[in-house]
Amino acid sequence: MRPGPIVAQALEIAVALAAAPLFLGWVNQCRAWLANRGAPSMLLPYRNIRKLFHKDAVLAENASPLFRIAPYIVFGTMVVAAGIIPSLAGRLPLVVAADAIALVGLFATARVFLSLAAMDVGTAFGTLGARREMMIGFLAEPALLMVIFVASLISATTALPAISAHLASERFTIDPSLAFIGVAFTLVLLAENARIPIDNPATHLELTMIHEAMLLEYSARHLALMEWASALRLFNYACIGFALFVPWGIAARDIGPFGLTLSIPVLALKLAAAGGGLAVIETVSAKLRIMRAPEFLASAFLFAVLGLLVHVLLGGA
Amino acid sequence: MSSSAAREKVVTDIPLDQQLLNACAALLLLLSFAMLSQRRIVSLVSLLAVQGAVLAAATLLIAWRTGEGHLYFSAALTIALKVAFLPWLLHRLIRRLQVYWDTEPLLNISATMLTGIVIVVFAFGLAQPITHLASTATRDAIGIAVAVVLLAFLMMITRRKAMSQVIGFLSMENGLFFGAMSATYGMPMVVELGVALDVLVAVLVLGVFFFQIREQFDSLDLHHLERLSERR
Repeated sequence: MRPGPIVAQALEIAVALAAAPLFLGWVNQCRAWLANRGAPSMLLPYRNIRKLFHKDAVLAENASPLFRIAPYIVFGTMVVAAGIIPSLAGRLPLVVAADAIALVGLFATARVFLSLAAMDVGTAFGTLGARREMMIGFLAEPALLMVIFVASLISATTALPAISAHLASERFTIDPSLAFIGVAFTLVLLAENARIPIDNPATHLELTMIHEAMLLEYSARHLALMEWASALRLFNYACIGFALFVPWGIAARDIGPFGLTLSIPVLALKLAAAGGGLAVIETVSAKLRIMRAPEFLASAFLFAVLGLLVHVLLGGA
Repeated sequence: MSSSAAREKVVTDIPLDQQLLNACAALLLLLSFAMLSQRRIVSLVSLLAVQGAVLAAATLLIAWRTGEGHLYFSAALTIALKVAFLPWLLHRLIRRLQVYWDTEPLLNISATMLTGIVIVVFAFGLAQPITHLASTATRDAIGIAVAVVLLAFLMMITRRKAMSQVIGFLSMENGLFFGAMSATYGMPMVVELGVALDVLVAVLVLGVFFFQIREQFDSLDLHHLERLSERR
């Protein structure tokens, strides 16, 4: 194989690794602005990760090897996922290697290891967080799969780059089914990334935590990897959203220097807009009681299924 | 690959007004589900008004597309009655009766919505033969109209308060109207006027009923009407 695609692939992963904490910092900054608070620096997540890498790790006495390995596995799966999602270009070696359904499987793998590690030490909060995470996960996954199925139905393929290329090439039409799955995807993104209607990422109250409760036992480099991985997860979800709903600007064929230099600023623009939108959603909505979460995700699933039905009835005729 | 290319051509060849009409139909379906999941009666009335507005928009689109003059009248009627007057009346009733929330519905919300999905699939299947018979350009939307009617039925079945049931009834009428419009470009003017008058009278009479029911049972919960008794 020529070195070109591999270099481009490495560049894409490097961009994802570098941009993910920045994106998180941008969302936090927007949220602070909207709440009329003094905004923290956009670089705060980087500083946090650096600080954590310089500390000495403390492990619980009864922690098993799984507890130590889990951060590396979770981080690794997120990096692979970042490689698979066509955030910059469509024809990269990893991007064409796996389709959207494999991607959902990767996210599920990360979730399983995160939850197992949370239960490993045996503290009450870790177990509680893990159980809640699994509940959210098993409700969010069918909705996400349904969104992907509708997109595949529209473009007759399950490969993410082909879907986005197809949607980008189509003439602009008002497609209600795409709008429905767009809403469904947004709801899933909020639930899966522990954002506000489901979970509050900035909370210090253990009883209401989901994602943070699972990380309570981690410290130093393990915690740094976990936080980086969750920033990457948010970045990955955003990029899946771009690939499905705003596919313009992803270099479909050209993976030379020209295509990539064009698609990096486009990606930055999209990320800035998405971060602002996410901050607005989080500011205007209140956190749901945990027992309302199934309802929230049922409506995500409903939106996706409605998208499917409307496509079958109105689009395919 | 060739079949998908052919289908893609059909999809992209839909003219703009047809696209807008499809969007209206999809929005009507979505609003039905929103009503199904809404607990606050005040929001239910607002959703009903929005549904009426979407219906009026769809009517205007069809009128403009087909050049049928009487559809403009029926759109105006829809706006006057379903967007302005009936919601105003219902809001007034809500204030006078002090019912702002429905009690927990008979099925929980998630289960209701999943049932709703099954109903939509059923309605689409049911509408298939009608769709083949109809010759209008809007015939694809018949399935959605049937679904809106059945979802309103479901809402009337699962709610306890008389108020939400009346709102379900009005939503059902919206669905029927949309169905008639997409199957045959609307009913004759006389029939439409008659139906509008019927709905108006029904809501007025039901408003009086609400007061009577509350006087008898101190509540608007229709649960109390299920037992027959001679005693007061």
